[in-house]
Amino acid sequence: MSALSLRSRIGLRSVALFYLAALLIVPVGMIFYRTFEHGLSEPIDAVTSPEGLHAFWLTIVCVGIAVPLNTLFGVVTALVLVRQNFRGKALLNAAIDLPFAISPVVIGLALFLVYAPRNSWFGGWLADNGVQIIFSLPGMILATIFVSLPFVVREVMPVLQEIGTDQEEAAETLGATPWQTFWRVTLPAIRWGVTYGVVLATARALGEFGAVSVVAGNVSGAGGTQTLPLYVKDQFEGFSLAGAYAAALVLAVLAIAVLFSMNLLQRRSARVTDDEEDHDLPGPAVFVPQPIEKEA
Amino acid sequence: MASADTAVARPPREGLRFPLGGAALTRGAATLWISLIVLLPLAAVFSRAFDDGMGHFWEAITDKEAVAAIKLTLISSLIVVVINAVMGTLIAWVLVRDDFRGKRIVNSIIDLPFALPTIVAGLTLIALYGPNSPIGVHAAYTRAAVVMALLFVTLPFVVRSVQPVLLEVDREMEEAAASLGAPNHRIFRSIILPNLGPAIIAGVALAFARAVGEFGSLVLLTGNIPFKTQAASVYIFGRVQTNDLSGAAAVSVFLLAISVGLLFALNLFARWRSRHERA
Repeated sequence: MSALSLRSRIGLRSVALFYLAALLIVPVGMIFYRTFEHGLSEPIDAVTSPEGLHAFWLTIVCVGIAVPLNTLFGVVTALVLVRQNFRGKALLNAAIDLPFAISPVVIGLALFLVYAPRNSWFGGWLADNGVQIIFSLPGMILATIFVSLPFVVREVMPVLQEIGTDQEEAAETLGATPWQTFWRVTLPAIRWGVTYGVVLATARALGEFGAVSVVAGNVSGAGGTQTLPLYVKDQFEGFSLAGAYAAALVLAVLAIAVLFSMNLLQRRSARVTDDEEDHDLPGPAVFVPQPIEKEA
Repeated sequence: MASADTAVARPPREGLRFPLGGAALTRGAATLWISLIVLLPLAAVFSRAFDDGMGHFWEAITDKEAVAAIKLTLISSLIVVVINAVMGTLIAWVLVRDDFRGKRIVNSIIDLPFALPTIVAGLTLIALYGPNSPIGVHAAYTRAAVVMALLFVTLPFVVRSVQPVLLEVDREMEEAAASLGAPNHRIFRSIILPNLGPAIIAGVALAFARAVGEFGSLVLLTGNIPFKTQAASVYIFGRVQTNDLSGAAAVSVFLLAISVGLLFALNLFARWRSRHERA
């Protein structure tokens, strides 16, 4: 297996596993323990309280609007970046990665400076016309769109590069309209990329805290602007630990479900491409900025 | 007459009609989307930071509390990436070269910090290392807590950038060195490390960019005590709450410059390397 002796191999393994246990595995396990420490009724009451349910509903609304929009524009943007040549393409490509590089608080502040009712670029004008963006749902949706924007683009681009245009050209030669070619040839070929992107964008959108918390203003209660992550913080700071841990548990379970489905998807797509070697490879490197491949 | 040669030489995409309403429309839609969602708000941050001139910008980022917050963020991020460089490489090595039961589960758990909401990440660490710690470690509301939270959220970067390289590294060189009697640390230093170097640097740069801007996991865990445990992102949040938007924007521009500059440098580095290796 390795040039190392068994003893040093076990030594390194122990160090790695201890580090992961202390930093990651045991703390995440503690969320489960803390939630059910004092029985089942407290956490269940907390997440099914009107505030808890409202927070859950707001989270679903933000994700339900942000992810489909990012999927649509993500596929379009990926097609544009891979299949077209135009001035400013490198700039557009670089701009896609900005949401990965920017602090969530800065994202929130940026939206604030554009849309806040006072002292902002458009907020005053919008308020005069009866549109409120900051401290209400539209701002939270904008924040969610911002943070989850790169995922679909970044997952679809490499797939588009890899499949090339041969099949699409064949379809066109055979008389297919561009629309038919897209639905019947391109979309089926990039479906795994799109799926990865959607799953990752959903995970990010579900859990976004910083950006949403700046623009939401944290109006608590059943009519307020708390998504589930904001509810966790509010409950914790209000010394309602059962509520904080229970809501965090819901989010943690969703995150673990995302990981699990990514793993299944990877194995599935690995089987599709019949590449046994890839099974132990890490997940798609969503966080790595990708330069556009220069054409020869 | 079109010969086979011209068919091959033909640029593949020129003749292809573009779906979804044509090339110009889709290009316009993509550009408009990114501009409205991402670029316009960021422009507002820059505009606000320099609204009252360079003097005010300088004043805002040299405010005593701001300097303390920025210093804490930079020093903690530095400590965090050094630990990540060592532990991330070690974990990647174990995942690729070692074999044990449950390895696949450990491998997928590495990504958990990317999937887990940051506020939950902070709460998990409080649950174990907070005031009611079941193991008697009370790290919450200290600077160690800042480092711990940043270690949690940046864990995958180095592991995930080193792992694929390690999978492809030619093992014969190591085996040859070992059979010639080279000790382990020598093999690591002269053979493994030079191969992994670029991947470690890439992972470290990404982790640093992420750590500098991290917010959610710090909010609950660090107590946000000014001059002690208040990180730069939390400072910005506080400024927004007290309606000092210019101060918030100034420190934001500083953070933006660091993380965007770092990613830009990383991109250049990657391009330089791919050209270098091809030559």
